[in-house]
Amino acid sequence: MYLADSRATPAPGTAGGGTSPVRRAAVVPGTVLALGTVSLITDISSEMVTAVLPLYLVAGLGLSPLGFGLLDGVYNGVSALVRFAGGRLSDRREGGHKTVAVIGYGLSALCKPLLLVAHGVPLIGAVLAADRTGKGLRTAPRDAMISLASEPAGRGRAFGVHRAMDTAGALLGPLLAFLVLRAAAEGYDAVFTVSGCVAALGVLVLLLFVPGRTGAAAPVRQTAAERAPLRALLQQPEVRRLTCCAVLLGLTTVSDSFLYLTLQRRLDLSESWFPLLPLGTAAAFLLLAVPFGAIADRFGRRRLFVCGHLALLTAYGLLVAPAGSSVVLVCPVLVLHGSFYAATDGVLAAATADAVPEAVRGSGLAVVQTGQAAARFVCSIGFGAAWTAWGDRTALGATAAGLAVSAAVSALLLRTPSPDTLPESAS
Amino acid sequence: MNRTKRLVILFAAVLLLGGVALGATLHAAGRAAEKDRTQAGSPPVRSGEVGLDTPGREVFRNMAWGPHRDEIVSVPAGGPDGPRTASGVKCLRFHAASGTGICLQAVHGKLRDTYRAVVLDAKLHELHRYDLAGIPTRARVAPDGRAVAWTVFVSGDSYAGTAFSTRTSVLDLHTGTLDRNLEDYRLLMDDRPYKAPDLNVWGVTFADDDRFYATVATGGRTYLVSGDRRTRTLRTVHTNVECPSLSPDGTRVAYKKRVQGASPDAPWRLYVLDLRTLRETATAEQRNVDDQAVWQDDRTLLYSLPGNYGSDLWTVSADGSGHSRRALPAALAPALTGRR
Repeated sequence: MYLADSRATPAPGTAGGGTSPVRRAAVVPGTVLALGTVSLITDISSEMVTAVLPLYLVAGLGLSPLGFGLLDGVYNGVSALVRFAGGRLSDRREGGHKTVAVIGYGLSALCKPLLLVAHGVPLIGAVLAADRTGKGLRTAPRDAMISLASEPAGRGRAFGVHRAMDTAGALLGPLLAFLVLRAAAEGYDAVFTVSGCVAALGVLVLLLFVPGRTGAAAPVRQTAAERAPLRALLQQPEVRRLTCCAVLLGLTTVSDSFLYLTLQRRLDLSESWFPLLPLGTAAAFLLLAVPFGAIADRFGRRRLFVCGHLALLTAYGLLVAPAGSSVVLVCPVLVLHGSFYAATDGVLAAATADAVPEAVRGSGLAVVQTGQAAARFVCSIGFGAAWTAWGDRTALGATAAGLAVSAAVSALLLRTPSPDTLPESAS
Repeated sequence: MNRTKRLVILFAAVLLLGGVALGATLHAAGRAAEKDRTQAGSPPVRSGEVGLDTPGREVFRNMAWGPHRDEIVSVPAGGPDGPRTASGVKCLRFHAASGTGICLQAVHGKLRDTYRAVVLDAKLHELHRYDLAGIPTRARVAPDGRAVAWTVFVSGDSYAGTAFSTRTSVLDLHTGTLDRNLEDYRLLMDDRPYKAPDLNVWGVTFADDDRFYATVATGGRTYLVSGDRRTRTLRTVHTNVECPSLSPDGTRVAYKKRVQGASPDAPWRLYVLDLRTLRETATAEQRNVDDQAVWQDDRTLLYSLPGNYGSDLWTVSADGSGHSRRALPAALAPALTGRR
């Protein structure tokens, strides 16, 4: 179906002979590969820490943080602000994207050695908050650089390549942490040191191999958009529509941990399976990110973004359906969940880049992504309450109904205009 | 900067950072190897038979460095400084009563470590095993040995894994019924049904094989609850109680109380609650206690404090009098044999 459709509506620049896609396959821009490498390395580093942190707290430090989190809900609000600030600051001057990204990656890298000296729950919480601040700061400028470095026609694929590399890092991180702990039992300090070294390498690759100036050399002037970026951005109908859909769909996107919990309970999986479920999603995401990105370029990024949510809807459906209690269902649910990410994560960034002028690219990406993240957070809270009140199946059924409505509304909202008529300055 | 120059810098950095990473790992590996060697002055340990039905012995996890580190060992309750008899069974958490043992242990896999709960008979042979969803923190056996409970610590899969929660399971050894998650029980808060998504349950202590006490946390507060396996209910009894431990006569609960003005890192003191009057008594232990205490007899509490080898066991009187005293160095998770 995808293929037939993509031939019917070729994206600009791809119509023509059979050799053209092959030729284009070779040209993922160097900057995108460099940023992908930075993300891969950084994700190895941060997932190493994530993987051992609970064990470190309980077994290493002998703390028992039973029943309370290291970061409270308030931080989610702060992190949304940071993300937006990162996007906005990076648009300020030429080369700003790289500067803000370096600060963001650098801040997270500095946090790893700090874990060696932070020995209490409040201090570790503070270090993790700083780490997340770094992540919040860098996301929008990094995506802006990817969008500016890639040809508009191949942007979906460029983001797909980046997301695949990012996910590969997330899969490798826990493995590396395990190897370190295998070599040195209880060597949490070694894990943090190795993680810090890996993170430093990521920053260095960013500094050395990502050009400070990406995309058009047009001088960025003080525009109305820059003085009041949020309002000006949301005044643009395209940005407004995308943000609206991202929020609407985000409000009905159940967080990963709830999905895995439902999966485990519905299918009565053994406890030891539980930690493996995220790996299934990540593997599907990793394998599908590039092909789905390429499909998005031909089929329409917005259309694939909406279709990706249909994959999620199907996954919900399998879990809610009365027949949904066979262990065989684990595989399709995780593949659908991974497909959902592959068809929406980088694709949304690419679609946003289509709608936002270069001068405010970072801010535009930050607005849409912040809206989506905030909506998902609200969904987690609501889903948690619904789960408690009605049970997992009813809660998921209600969410599925909501998702179906959101997807239908989004399909209408995102129908026009087609990507070829979007404002895109020559690059 | 040209490409060659950048590659040279990158290569140099890889060497340097790789060296630091390797050095840190080797250093930690050396330190880990050190823990497998017996240290001078540490209690002598030798292999032997550990029986959970031999009366008058203290059984616990040996924390002393050497080949028997982390194994379940026993010493005569009267002479705790004597040589330790090591069973060869390694546990992170352990408890025993009436000849039944519960051992929460790590399983070292090829690509990751997992955890499991193992029910042991009086000779420490495995009877049943269950996979665990997270890191073990608490374990208890009912006084008659016919039910066991455990708590593990599960973390969210979100970036920087900051959402922590507990999962407490109770296993009926008579029927083989496993209540995987006590959060599924009906909670009565001041006798009214109560539901919340942020509910956590941990630290079961049994009255008999059906009734127990535990901690429930919700909305930033902790509660002592009394639980009943037949009716699947939890009923709040008191507030600000964590890791309860019921006295052998069933009249009092020793617990961790979060006290005002303490550092957020060390907020707990060891208290005893009279279940009839709900009167709280502070023990003479002034330090932060983060353990589910064990009653040595109806007057004395046994609990863990950080020590040179990770943990030492201390005793203090349950009535608030006297001083705390170190009972067993390099030990964790004790149980007394030959007691119902």
